[in-house]
Amino acid sequence: MKGYILKRLLSLIPVLFVVAVVVFLIIHITPGDPASVMLGPEASPREVAELREELGLNLPLYQQFTSWLAGVVQGDFGWSIFMNEPVLQSFFSHLGPTLSLAIFAQLLAVVLAIPFGVIAAKRRGTIIDQTFMGGSLIGISVPSFLLGLLLILLFAVQLRWLPVAGYKPLDAGFFLHIRYLILPAIALGAMQAALIARMTRSSMLDILNANYIKTARSKGLKEKIIIYKHALRNAFIPILTVIGQTFGTLVAGAAVVETVFNIPGIGQLIVNSVERRDFAVIQGTILLVAISYVLINLVVDLLYGVIDPRVRLNRK
Amino acid sequence: MQTTVVREQELSQVKSHIKKERRQLLIRRFLSNKLAVTGSVIIVIILLFTFVGPLLASYDPYELEAKQRLLEPSDAHVFGTDNYGRDLFSRVAYGAKVSIGVGFFVAIITSILGMIIGLYAAYYRSLDNILMRLCDGLMAFPAILLAIAIMAALGPRVENVIIALSIVFTPYVARTVRSSALVIKEQTYIEALKAQGAGATRIIWVNIAPNVISPLVVQATFIFADSIITEAALSFLGAGIPAPAPSWGNLLYDGKMVIFNAWWMTVFPGIAIMLTVFGLNLFGDGLRDLLDPHNNKAKK
Repeated sequence: MKGYILKRLLSLIPVLFVVAVVVFLIIHITPGDPASVMLGPEASPREVAELREELGLNLPLYQQFTSWLAGVVQGDFGWSIFMNEPVLQSFFSHLGPTLSLAIFAQLLAVVLAIPFGVIAAKRRGTIIDQTFMGGSLIGISVPSFLLGLLLILLFAVQLRWLPVAGYKPLDAGFFLHIRYLILPAIALGAMQAALIARMTRSSMLDILNANYIKTARSKGLKEKIIIYKHALRNAFIPILTVIGQTFGTLVAGAAVVETVFNIPGIGQLIVNSVERRDFAVIQGTILLVAISYVLINLVVDLLYGVIDPRVRLNRK
Repeated sequence: MQTTVVREQELSQVKSHIKKERRQLLIRRFLSNKLAVTGSVIIVIILLFTFVGPLLASYDPYELEAKQRLLEPSDAHVFGTDNYGRDLFSRVAYGAKVSIGVGFFVAIITSILGMIIGLYAAYYRSLDNILMRLCDGLMAFPAILLAIAIMAALGPRVENVIIALSIVFTPYVARTVRSSALVIKEQTYIEALKAQGAGATRIIWVNIAPNVISPLVVQATFIFADSIITEAALSFLGAGIPAPAPSWGNLLYDGKMVIFNAWWMTVFPGIAIMLTVFGLNLFGDGLRDLLDPHNNKAKK
């Protein structure tokens, strides 16, 4: 197991390096001078020159990269010009709402999707199966921000059941916190639920045909035990893959949904920084999101080894 | 001499007959695939709307009419009017051109780039490592966030949206092409060609490339759909196509401002996006079943 973990960790290095290069280059693909773009059209040439000096834009590109990378490795993700604080600080002060939303959406998706997928697989080809799968295809086709807008129209504007937008932190009370998160979480979780349900169905279908399931049936085991203990447990690896792979997408999707519902999370931070041309924040934030995405996938990969011992034996 | 000519004629007749049979079989299989048929019907309707819609629209999509602000759908304005008094039907119809145009160009550009990268990565082991690590790195960013960051740097213009989305989605195509090409590359006939002294360029483009077309087309359909969603999201966030132009994302942005007073400004552009993406996804799913019956994995 140790060797396996070490190997996976080493394979992250090139990926993280490319991530860093891409993030670094973003500021340099700006047409024109990044410093004058950041300061806007009213800035005086002196201010621009000062900012260029401060950002180190006069140095050769590779030197800029190495000094930037050295900073990042030490946890210095730059300085927000607009908020006048380290990028890392802005990131963490906006992280709570995004995490809350993403986790709630993920929970909602998993709790709904797995039973739906199992039922669809059990009743393959019936009306129930076709309805679920048709529904999941619609779920994949509706972008989260659009679903959010439609949910607001129906539940907040027409029926007035839930708040239109806004965010209440957990300190304000658990139920209030959840009340404000219900619509955003449904909007965000729907596509996730659709993907998980489809994966659950297809991997359950594969496994229900396996010989050991036939053996279990011929032994006279109860159907419930066969499905939930023998089949689902083995179907779980592909399901876990989808959950892991799409968690990053979920965090990114949260960015868009946050704008719809006015939630002060990472997404709003990025969108506002685009308007403010606060490049350091854009760079730092997407770098942090990409790093967490890579790390989440690593954790998922390592979890395989825990769930399925064959993985850690084979991949050594 | 004459008999060879006759034989060649016969042979070409037989060949064209086989081709015709094959085509008919493919068409029959296509028609029996409900997903693909429904998907293509939806796509045809959307395309008709895209090209005929602007002709039917009796109003200029940019014309401001202060007195006509926020009118509900009626006979004069089928979809109602927006907060500037512009006819919403015209804007959705002209917006189709922008949104579908972006999706189409991104699908084409990513297909070409992805094919080149994927084929060469599969053929040359040394290139493979570099190119695939590059793809892994790009794929570590959630699509929409990378697109936002690139747009922030390039500035809001239609061309830049196409560039940004192409950068974001090319790695996915490259991966698909590479994995299909790797399988082909191991086939015996490729080895035979190599033994006969065929050049790398010839093998890559004449012998391997045609075999990766089917997965490529399927992937391109999904990218088409994803680009439409991502463009809409970018424009909705204000980082996509600049304001007065009627892309579907921009219409939703305007709609959000007046969501309390004008449901139609959210619902109609929303339906346009959903239908288009749903049609493309159905079509892609059907196409995959059709071209590769063995592959029954869920999307992505």
